[in-house]
Amino acid sequence: MSNSLTITKSSEGSVTHGALDKRSRELRKTIVKTLKASRRGHLGASFSLIEILRVLYDDILRYDSQNPQWLERDRCILSKGHGCLALYAILADKGFFPESELDKFCQVDGILGGHPEYGKVPGVEASTGSLGHGLSIGIGFALNARIDKADYRTFVILGDGESQEGSIWEAAMCAGKHRLSNLTVLMDYNKHQSYGSTTEVQDLEPLADKWRAFGFAAVEVDGHDVTALRDVLSQVPLETHKPTAIICHTIKGKGVDFAENNLNWHHKSRISDNEIQAMLTALEG
Amino acid sequence: MRKLCLDMVYELAKEDPRICFIGSDLGFGTLNQFREEMPERFFMEGVNEANIIGMAAGLALEGKVVYVNTIATFITRRCFEQLVLDLGLHNVPVRLIGNGGGLVYAPLGSTHLAIDDIAILRTIPNMSIVAPADEAEMKRLMPLTVDYPGPLYIRLGKGNEPILTTDEVPFAIGQVIPMRQGSDALIITTGVTLQAALEGADELAQQGIAATVLHVPTVKPLPKEILLDYISTIPVVVTIEEHTLMGGLGSAIAELIAEANFSEGKRFKRIGLPDVFPDKYGSQADLMKRYGMTSQQVVAAVTGLRKKQLAFFK
Repeated sequence: MSNSLTITKSSEGSVTHGALDKRSRELRKTIVKTLKASRRGHLGASFSLIEILRVLYDDILRYDSQNPQWLERDRCILSKGHGCLALYAILADKGFFPESELDKFCQVDGILGGHPEYGKVPGVEASTGSLGHGLSIGIGFALNARIDKADYRTFVILGDGESQEGSIWEAAMCAGKHRLSNLTVLMDYNKHQSYGSTTEVQDLEPLADKWRAFGFAAVEVDGHDVTALRDVLSQVPLETHKPTAIICHTIKGKGVDFAENNLNWHHKSRISDNEIQAMLTALEG
Repeated sequence: MRKLCLDMVYELAKEDPRICFIGSDLGFGTLNQFREEMPERFFMEGVNEANIIGMAAGLALEGKVVYVNTIATFITRRCFEQLVLDLGLHNVPVRLIGNGGGLVYAPLGSTHLAIDDIAILRTIPNMSIVAPADEAEMKRLMPLTVDYPGPLYIRLGKGNEPILTTDEVPFAIGQVIPMRQGSDALIITTGVTLQAALEGADELAQQGIAATVLHVPTVKPLPKEILLDYISTIPVVVTIEEHTLMGGLGSAIAELIAEANFSEGKRFKRIGLPDVFPDKYGSQADLMKRYGMTSQQVVAAVTGLRKKQLAFFK
């Protein structure tokens, strides 16, 4: 593990409460505008993800949005598929599909559903939405790279509630066994799930130690600090011959003050014009 | 049947660099040659079926053809959602080789009896299901599995079943294999109950009743048109399978018959496991006998239905 990284060691009190920069606010506004099409979506879980996805697609991943199946691309799976509003925002921003598709979110004639589907959405590597599937599929990608002697890398973004699924830990054991240094797990650790806080519902701690025990190199980082995320991600694998786990401390609903850490905004339906306007105003910064 | 099937995976893998194998804690020494000669494509994983299916889907999404093997109950029930979403929804070429389809593991009890595998896999869009009757048929099937589109479940029998099939009819997935011809009754079966069906037909022949026996190795996609051609011309239809009566081959045929709206004279009966967990151990044959999956029951079903049918037309 590099000692030069700006990372936090504790799992609490490690999230920047500072202002978001313009790009982060714009991507969130894209999400809010997307919501007009369906008036529903997993808002909190998408807002906590923005900086993770932004840094991956701006600075880390190798891809060609005009050739989404390019064999040499890095693979990125959003295993917590309910955060797809954030993924759609970044994929549209990068030109994987026209931004006009966002206006058809969850519509009968659109390609963007409430969970992302492989084969329908350019840039989506696997259909997710039922929790606990993405890491195993990512292991398949990573093993394939090893078989083919290809140098692409695989990144899998997990949710914290998702990591209560046993299949995640089956997969973690497997990735550790195979020493998949071409595989990186990013956990969007916003510490809230549908019913309550993860501490209340099913505590995950000690989380970094769990990943280490399963054979990963694990670090913790402020998941809204773009510089810190970039620093960590540009150094993976953190240890030779080990997969990497990056625990990203985030805030559910980050960026919209009244939605932050507010369980009513985990999934919201029948979102009104007033609420949309209030979110856009909050994102003016 | 299992050893032959796995040996063929090895032979096919030698010829095709896309082929990978994943086992879930299989018996010591399984496919040693594969492991030694093609270690990068051989994976012996732990007891974690959900992860294995996802991993197989990931490899298949990247262009590999993945054969996964473990006991039939574990490869169907434990990881059912992975089969639906990772394999079915992505429509990827993963081949599930299920050891001990049906009552093979009778001495081990209900935890190991794959009595519902066909029923639950039938509900998965894109999933295909094949149940060969013997090793000769397995040998004809396996080369066809390499380029077959989408996920495929291969239901294995116990092994050392008598060789009943021949290569007179070229084998194809999705095909019906006529084994006996007769216009009095139609016996439809899949997998190893072909033996009981044939023995039943022979006994019926001695009574002067000519029965057609159709072996249907592909339960899904069901060859509906060909089946309906046979069913429409024969008044009495009996199905026999080593599977619960709910949702298997018999159910599929019942659906066909019900929707075909035949004249009222059509008579139909399913033979299979009733809606119970078997209450005894013993051998596969013991349980087959206890629950009536035998040639005697085939004969009884056909003669019983014929009486009803004749009475109807009196």
